[in-house]
Amino acid sequence: MSIIQVDNLKKSFGQNEVLKDISVEIQEKEVVCVIGPSGSGKSTFLRCLNRLEDITGGTVIIDQHNITDPKVDINKVREEVGMVFQHFNLFPHKTVLDNVMLAPVKVRKTDKTQAKKLALELLDKVGLREKADNYPGELSGGQKQRVAIARALAMNPKIMLFDEPTSALDPEMVGDVLEVMKQLALEGMTMIVVTHEMGFAREVGDRVLFMDGGYIVEENVPDQLFDSPQHERTQSFLSKVL
Amino acid sequence: MEVAKAAFPFFLEGLQVTLYIFIIAVIAGFLIGLIVALMRLSPLKILNGIAIIYIDVIRGTPFIVQLFFIYFGLNSLEWLSMDRMYAGILTVAINAGAYFAEIIRAGIQSIDKGQTEASRSLGMTGRQTMVQIILPQAFRRMLPTITNQSIISLKDTSLLSIIGIADLTQQGQVQQATTFEPFIVWSVVGLMYFVIIYLLSMLAKFLERRFTLR
Repeated sequence: MSIIQVDNLKKSFGQNEVLKDISVEIQEKEVVCVIGPSGSGKSTFLRCLNRLEDITGGTVIIDQHNITDPKVDINKVREEVGMVFQHFNLFPHKTVLDNVMLAPVKVRKTDKTQAKKLALELLDKVGLREKADNYPGELSGGQKQRVAIARALAMNPKIMLFDEPTSALDPEMVGDVLEVMKQLALEGMTMIVVTHEMGFAREVGDRVLFMDGGYIVEENVPDQLFDSPQHERTQSFLSKVL
Repeated sequence: MEVAKAAFPFFLEGLQVTLYIFIIAVIAGFLIGLIVALMRLSPLKILNGIAIIYIDVIRGTPFIVQLFFIYFGLNSLEWLSMDRMYAGILTVAINAGAYFAEIIRAGIQSIDKGQTEASRSLGMTGRQTMVQIILPQAFRRMLPTITNQSIISLKDTSLLSIIGIADLTQQGQVQQATTFEPFIVWSVVGLMYFVIIYLLSMLAKFLERRFTLR
């Protein structure tokens, strides 16, 4: 039983059809990296998986919930699906600790002492326990992104979605964030990562999807996809980025 | 000086009335503004429409006309009777509400949509997102414009003297008539408004500094 099943997913913004026909199955504990040129629909695809974008057509089943069904309680599904954004989107009016504690307290109704303990453990895990009382504005980009990962993990999700998590970072910050993500992958988290970090995709990914023009053009295990891409568009993309 | 001294207790009394009206009307106006702003942002067309009509009508008519409509117009209907204090406070509140609504709407819309997305992606509801994430940030941003509108509303209360409310301006008119010293009377009245408004903007500056995003 796959944890994510996408069948014939379509997404249009007005007249502009961004996702044309996406079908993919993702197994529990799998790390799937999504690569492709900008405008290929990678981020839109990811954002359809927790319905941050309204889905135009097809079905998306997340952990046995059909999220394309209008009757589904989307908030319940989102509790199980963490998301990390390119621009972090930390809550600037709350401390680092409060950022991480907020959803467990408000959504899961965890009591505050318990939530605080969990939040500090997670901040420890991402190496930022000493920043607990700081505000997001006082952190570097890499630190913000690690807090954002801790915030998503605080809900103890079954799936983590990463939307270009290192694209807005200074080069020297990228490593710390990727290290945290790699650790998470090793612990068996199911992860879908939209990324331009080909090294990460090759090393940590179990599978790589190459998207272009609203389709998944090619998918394979990383070594195969990177070393002997079958499709001509994959070849031309990889020749430019590798 | 003798004149000012003798009139002073009356001015203080008037000032109390002015402040009483101002505080109630601005709080009520703010709550009206918050509700109307949320209606304005609601996907429901009917709520949206009501909010737009309210805002347009208030912005498109003079304060004095609104006051006369509520005090004389509504009171002339058989089924309603309001004393002048009610009518005065109501007019200031309804008037300020329309302007507050637009300030609050703009403040909410100025918050990056990534904030909503991050909050919703954690499983928080639309309401939790508004209360926990959007409004606290929006209010900080709105503070200077809220102060500005409050000051305008405070000054608008002086027009209530026209319907006979014994506010600071009304006391000025009474003292002018009894003392025949309009220069002194209106200097003192003006100074009292000035001091109150000055203190109000000091308070706002203090709040702004306290709540500045780190």
